[in-house]
Amino acid sequence: MLRFLVRRFAVMVPTVIFVSMIIFGLQQLLPGDPATALAGEERDPEVIAHIRAKYHLDDPVPMRYLRWVGGVVQGDFGESIRIQQPVSQLILEKLPVTVELALLSMLVALLIGIPMGILSAVKNGKVADYAANAVALWGLSTPNFWLGIMLILLFSVELGWLPASGYVPPSEDLWGNLKAMIMPAFVLGNAIAAVMMRHTRAAMLQVLSSDYIRTARAKGLVERVVIFKHGFRNAAVPVITLGALEFGQLLSGAVLTEQVFSIPGFGKLIVDAVFNRDYAVVQGVVLCTATAYLMLNLLADIAYVLVNPRLRA
Amino acid sequence: MLRTATAVGLSLLLTLGTAQAQTLRFGLAEDPDALDPTMGRTFVGRIVFSAMCDKLVDITPDLKVVPQLATEWTWSDDGKVLTMKLRPNVVFHDGEKFDAAAAKFSLERHLTMAGSQRRGEISAIKQIDAVDDLTIRMTLAAPFAPLMAQLTDRAGMMVSPKAAQALGDKFATAPVCAGPFKFVERVAQDRIVVEKFEQYWNKDAIKLKRIEFRPFTDNAVKLANLKAGQLDIIERLAATDVAEVKKDPKLKFASIVELGYQGITINTNNGDKAKSPIGQSEKVREAFELALDRQAIVQVVFNGEYQAGNQWLSPSNPNYDKAFPIPKRDVAKARALLKEAGVANPVVNLMTPTTGEQQQLAQVIQAMTKEAGFDVRIQATEFASSLNLAEKGDFEAYLLAWSGRTDPDGNLYNFVACKGPLNYGKYCKPEVDALLDQSRTTTDIEARRKAWNGVAKATLADRPVVYLYHRKWLWAATAKLSGFTEYPDGLVRFANMTLN
Repeated sequence: MLRFLVRRFAVMVPTVIFVSMIIFGLQQLLPGDPATALAGEERDPEVIAHIRAKYHLDDPVPMRYLRWVGGVVQGDFGESIRIQQPVSQLILEKLPVTVELALLSMLVALLIGIPMGILSAVKNGKVADYAANAVALWGLSTPNFWLGIMLILLFSVELGWLPASGYVPPSEDLWGNLKAMIMPAFVLGNAIAAVMMRHTRAAMLQVLSSDYIRTARAKGLVERVVIFKHGFRNAAVPVITLGALEFGQLLSGAVLTEQVFSIPGFGKLIVDAVFNRDYAVVQGVVLCTATAYLMLNLLADIAYVLVNPRLRA
Repeated sequence: MLRTATAVGLSLLLTLGTAQAQTLRFGLAEDPDALDPTMGRTFVGRIVFSAMCDKLVDITPDLKVVPQLATEWTWSDDGKVLTMKLRPNVVFHDGEKFDAAAAKFSLERHLTMAGSQRRGEISAIKQIDAVDDLTIRMTLAAPFAPLMAQLTDRAGMMVSPKAAQALGDKFATAPVCAGPFKFVERVAQDRIVVEKFEQYWNKDAIKLKRIEFRPFTDNAVKLANLKAGQLDIIERLAATDVAEVKKDPKLKFASIVELGYQGITINTNNGDKAKSPIGQSEKVREAFELALDRQAIVQVVFNGEYQAGNQWLSPSNPNYDKAFPIPKRDVAKARALLKEAGVANPVVNLMTPTTGEQQQLAQVIQAMTKEAGFDVRIQATEFASSLNLAEKGDFEAYLLAWSGRTDPDGNLYNFVACKGPLNYGKYCKPEVDALLDQSRTTTDIEARRKAWNGVAKATLADRPVVYLYHRKWLWAATAKLSGFTEYPDGLVRFANMTLN
């Protein structure tokens, strides 16, 4: 296991370096000049010159890259040109929000997707299967933005049960926090649950038709043990892969959902930063989410090994 | 004992309830930029500043300059020296005294700080002297009439010298001014919180205890939050939502015509793209304008909520030139002009913003001008990219909005003067420049109007910009809010506002 981990870490380092280069390089291809975009409506030439000098926009790209990487290694991600706050502070403010939203959404997705997938596979071709498929289709085909607005209109405007927006940190008010997060987590989780359900169903169907399941049943094991211990454990590998990928995507920010519920996470931060050509913010956040993505993949690999010891070799 | 405790508890609850009730939750259309009056660039930032930072002078809803931190002022006869008397007994949020030295410091900070967004607005000031404790004198290199109007906005905002010196270029993280509310906290893209400053010079007029500014980039979401009681007031309501707000008994609606305009800038003189039929021929530009029905545009795209216009100021502005009314649509004449110009079906590439509303506007323009023979091709371009293309002259026509300034010069000079930084089409006429300079060097309004009349005569015929309409600032608020007054600069004055 240790060797496995060391090997994986060794691969991660060059990957992160490569990703940082790609982020930096691709950003240079964006049309439009950050100094002009940030110089305000009047676009005073002196202000533009000041922004160019302060953020070294006239230096060659490799030099700027090295300056940025040098800072990042020491924990300095630079400063947002637009709001003049350190990028590291912005990341630290948004990261817990994004992580919480991602965790809650995954929880919703797992709670709905996996039981439904198993049920649908076990009751293959029966009413429960069709019903689960219909729910999944609904989840897949409902746009997040629309569902979000509809939930707000129902639960906030009409019924007044839940706040339409207004994130409160759980440390300040746990109940208030959950009330604010439940709708966005449901909107995001709902879409992922549908994908989860389809994957779980497919994997379970395949597993349930294998010889060892027939053997297990022939041994006289109870159906619950057959399905969960022998069936689902083997069907779990593709579901873990999918879960890690979806979770990684949630960490990079759910732009539309964050916008609808006014959740101050990564998605809103990065979109605003791209439109304002606030390079330091884009680079910092993308690097952060890319690293998180790699870490999640590593965790997924560890999880494979745990559920399926044959992969240890 | 128990009774006393209950009474104390009840009164505490009541106090808490009132404090809660006097918290105004304000929905902004976007997240403001740096909260430093010297560095700030965005319109929403100005709304937040109007709660935190008092200015030397303010405007009335009908654009008259009135005292704020300066109580009276005089101009020297040659228009080169402005002397201001400052309000006594004013302190900044950190308890520091506001006096002539502090005012001098703030103005010099606007003028000299690296990257200052205010420098260009007040660069006419050559020297600032603190004459005595409460008198300040600004000496100008040449007379500059728009200066007073500049001092009614961010350039007139005063910051605490002590805090500004301590924080340097990090002042935006904890701004200290002399306005009715002091800064509490900011969480980027989530909220900016300010609370009542108890030592404010006009504190009796301030009824609100606290204001929370929250950004909502989507109009539907912003309105849903107001209706759900999550917000008390929202700015820049979508024109298409006005009817819904008006019929809701729990909401109030307010509006006023803006100081700015929406127009089409035409590239007449900037690089190869100026060599298009519309860039080269005055007749083609006139035909283009005649093909437009501005009233219909306002009606179709903005539900009739905005005001049609044909100048850099709206027809309701006191400085609008009535000698040049909005021309009526005349498709036959437009066709005839195109024929005279020798181009029956000119192609016009129109660069537009990507928002739905602006796309709709572009499509209406396309349909209207098609009847006269124009072939308008819409090029929807993301904002930062479009600015870049505009500066390089890589456009034929550019649909662009300007937020407007109190002094008409702010809507004009930078756009049509030969060296104007926002003159993307590089329109240039020395006689127009001479008239513009003339309008800046006198404070006599009739003399200024005469000069602007000359500018109108030339530019409305040359059409470097085809002005289309003037937006209205649209607000929606809970019916519990009272004391709100509309100002044409779109900013909010929080004095006397209260939640019942």
